[in-house]
Amino acid sequence: MSLLRIDDLTVALPPGADRAHAVEGVSLHLDAGEILCVVGESGSGKSITANAVMGLLPKALPVRSGRLELLGQDLRGLSAEALRKLRGDRMAMIFQEPMTALNPLMRVGDQIAEVFAVHGQAGRALARVLELLEAVRLPDPAAIARSHPFRLSGGQRQRVMIAMALALEPALLIADEPTTALDVTTQMQILRLIREIQSRRGTGVLFITHDFGVVAEIADRVAVMQHGRIVEQGPAAQLLNAPVHPYTRALIAAVPHGPAARPERAAGPDILQVRGLRKTYSRGGFFSRRVVVPAVASADFTLGRGETLGVVGESGSGKSTLARCIVKLVVPEAGEIRFEGNDLRPLSRAAWKPYRARVQMIFQDPYASLNPRRLVGEAIAEGPITHGVPRQEALLRARELLALVQLDPSAMRRYPHEFSGGQRQRIGIARALAMRPDLLIADEPVSALDVSVQAQVLALLADIRARFGLSMLFITHDLRVAAQICDRVAVMQRGRIVEMGPTAQVFAAPAHAYTRELLASIPGQGWTPPLR
Amino acid sequence: MSDFWRRYRRNKGAVVGLAGLLLVLLVAATAPLLFPGSPWDMAGAPFMPPGEMGMLLGSDSLGRDVAAGIAHGARISLMVGAVSTVAALSVGVTLGAVAGYCGGLVDDLVMRFTEFFQTIPSFVLAILLVAIFTPSITSVVAAIAIVSWPPVARVVRAEFLSLRGREFVQAAEVLGKSRLSIVLGDILPNALSPIIVLASLMVATAILLESALSFLGLGDPNLMTWGFLIGSGRSVIRIAWWMSVFPGLAIFVTVLSLNLVGEGLSDALNPRLARQRGGEA
Repeated sequence: MSLLRIDDLTVALPPGADRAHAVEGVSLHLDAGEILCVVGESGSGKSITANAVMGLLPKALPVRSGRLELLGQDLRGLSAEALRKLRGDRMAMIFQEPMTALNPLMRVGDQIAEVFAVHGQAGRALARVLELLEAVRLPDPAAIARSHPFRLSGGQRQRVMIAMALALEPALLIADEPTTALDVTTQMQILRLIREIQSRRGTGVLFITHDFGVVAEIADRVAVMQHGRIVEQGPAAQLLNAPVHPYTRALIAAVPHGPAARPERAAGPDILQVRGLRKTYSRGGFFSRRVVVPAVASADFTLGRGETLGVVGESGSGKSTLARCIVKLVVPEAGEIRFEGNDLRPLSRAAWKPYRARVQMIFQDPYASLNPRRLVGEAIAEGPITHGVPRQEALLRARELLALVQLDPSAMRRYPHEFSGGQRQRIGIARALAMRPDLLIADEPVSALDVSVQAQVLALLADIRARFGLSMLFITHDLRVAAQICDRVAVMQRGRIVEMGPTAQVFAAPAHAYTRELLASIPGQGWTPPLR
Repeated sequence: MSDFWRRYRRNKGAVVGLAGLLLVLLVAATAPLLFPGSPWDMAGAPFMPPGEMGMLLGSDSLGRDVAAGIAHGARISLMVGAVSTVAALSVGVTLGAVAGYCGGLVDDLVMRFTEFFQTIPSFVLAILLVAIFTPSITSVVAAIAIVSWPPVARVVRAEFLSLRGREFVQAAEVLGKSRLSIVLGDILPNALSPIIVLASLMVATAILLESALSFLGLGDPNLMTWGFLIGSGRSVIRIAWWMSVFPGLAIFVTVLSLNLVGEGLSDALNPRLARQRGGEA
């Protein structure tokens, strides 16, 4: 008997959505002691499937048909009360966002103890809480149990969430993108922890993810979802190395992997030289003790003409601040930013203006980086218009650029909300290109995108760079992406560049301990995606 | 636009409010046709109950038609509400925008200045201002504007603070746009929704303030207003209830309508708050 059996599950979407069903005809089964990865892009219905099992679907998304069976018990037939008893006891869930999944006003220990209290086992709580915190490898469990969530890092909070989920030793653990919001090194630790606990206790894990690296790292079996349907499922080794369905193949082909073979380019003269750049944020003062956080402690690097330099690092390493310093969105306190030999740092707003045309930026969040009340055509043309290009000519240029980024010219007269994430990112790229820049700063341009869209945007960036001879500073947290697009990479940790060198060299022979740790944390290293 | 109307219509109260507001506007617009001549003129015997001597809502202690007073008063009330709101918006939006966009020391200075006005009870300040500058329509409007801009400044500042950090504003900076064109072209249009909602509620508050001032005898002595009607009927309410009840009803209907409209606008402009979240907007 399977631990969990989902038969022909169909969940409706509210009328007016882009399809009739969020999930349609999904059948899955999960055995005890097995990890089943459900993979798909955003909107594929993978989280809906998990929430249907937990009985956590919102009212707008009713289950139309199908059977949900846990340990032979039909979940759909259960009363709300009976389902509540099962939740936490026989099945538990870990959520994506550890920063918001814990009650900020409750001590961590009390939150875990609550799980016992709710299921009428308050007596056991005291001893078990410390055991659990120890089981998820948190240092000093007694101290952690007394802390409030805000004292813990994202990785620690996710461990607490896992401890809560495991409190009553559930038979089924559902993990909904549990590592997506975490840094790569933390992600690896959490993946190992889940794997270890699962094999120790024989828990069945339904693991939802969009990342094939994670799948390769952890899965026993894989189900691939697209538009609410399962298009392919099978054992991990088979599905990853010999995918059958075209969609699975396309997804796997889009996974960035390893340094791409690229011709050695003779680096041109330096277009950008950054020396001793420093930016510290300070908080408090007046009544409280002043807290000083060095975002960028001291950064030195050069970027040759036509070269792409990747800046990689985890969150809080100062890589985004570095990018923002160069375009003066953030004003650094010290250092030199020499663009073609001229120091940009001391320049006033007016003196900067001529350089605005030559240094452009692409932003991370395609949903936030376009003004929602401005037509796409206007958004692309407004930069050149600001710099004195006649309106007609600027609009004409915008039209050409839309074609260049593979969008229909009719997009000119539409608003950003009518486009998908990937399309919006193309519009953002067109907006930057409209200025005909020499230097492009890309701040995590693909990290908010699905993997297949990510591959398209990366290909577009590579094409544009070659066509216009652009120099690019590419900020990313994803080493696989950096490996694919960058000529050289700089690794940042706590505001400092700890290692810099040609991509192949850094990846093959990392010199700094932190670089080695980062590289070791890339999920799915044992797996090389099959070539098309 | 049709989408906006569809969302607005979903709030039944807002539709009723809109109808009420249109009715008041209609009365105000047609007052000179319905009641030609000055509302101060004697139209019949004093203390006539409603319906007698051709006066729908009765007459007051000097034989003036109450209905004419209400109709002409509607013009003044709406005018005072609109003009003082526009004045308060222009001050509040400007200061709020400067504070929110510049941040730092400028923000501190502007907000302390705003708090200075907020610490004084607004009605007392309004009475004081009107009393000092002699009651006239200009001083009444000015006093109402002066006491009602601080909330606008706070709302606008908060919107600007959050929008300033958004990536599309940063993108505009990187494109080299001037500060003014970023503020007017990128930030303000995205901050308009709460300003519009606030403005509709401010008109209602301004009408109430004006009525209260006139009630206390601090209205423009040459203009017939709702507050004045109630104030003059107050002493004889036991023998002539209609003198204060009908102007009171007029204030009630107008203010209620404006509040309902404000709530409807808020729902229609922030569809995600009104409904349960479903999909990206």
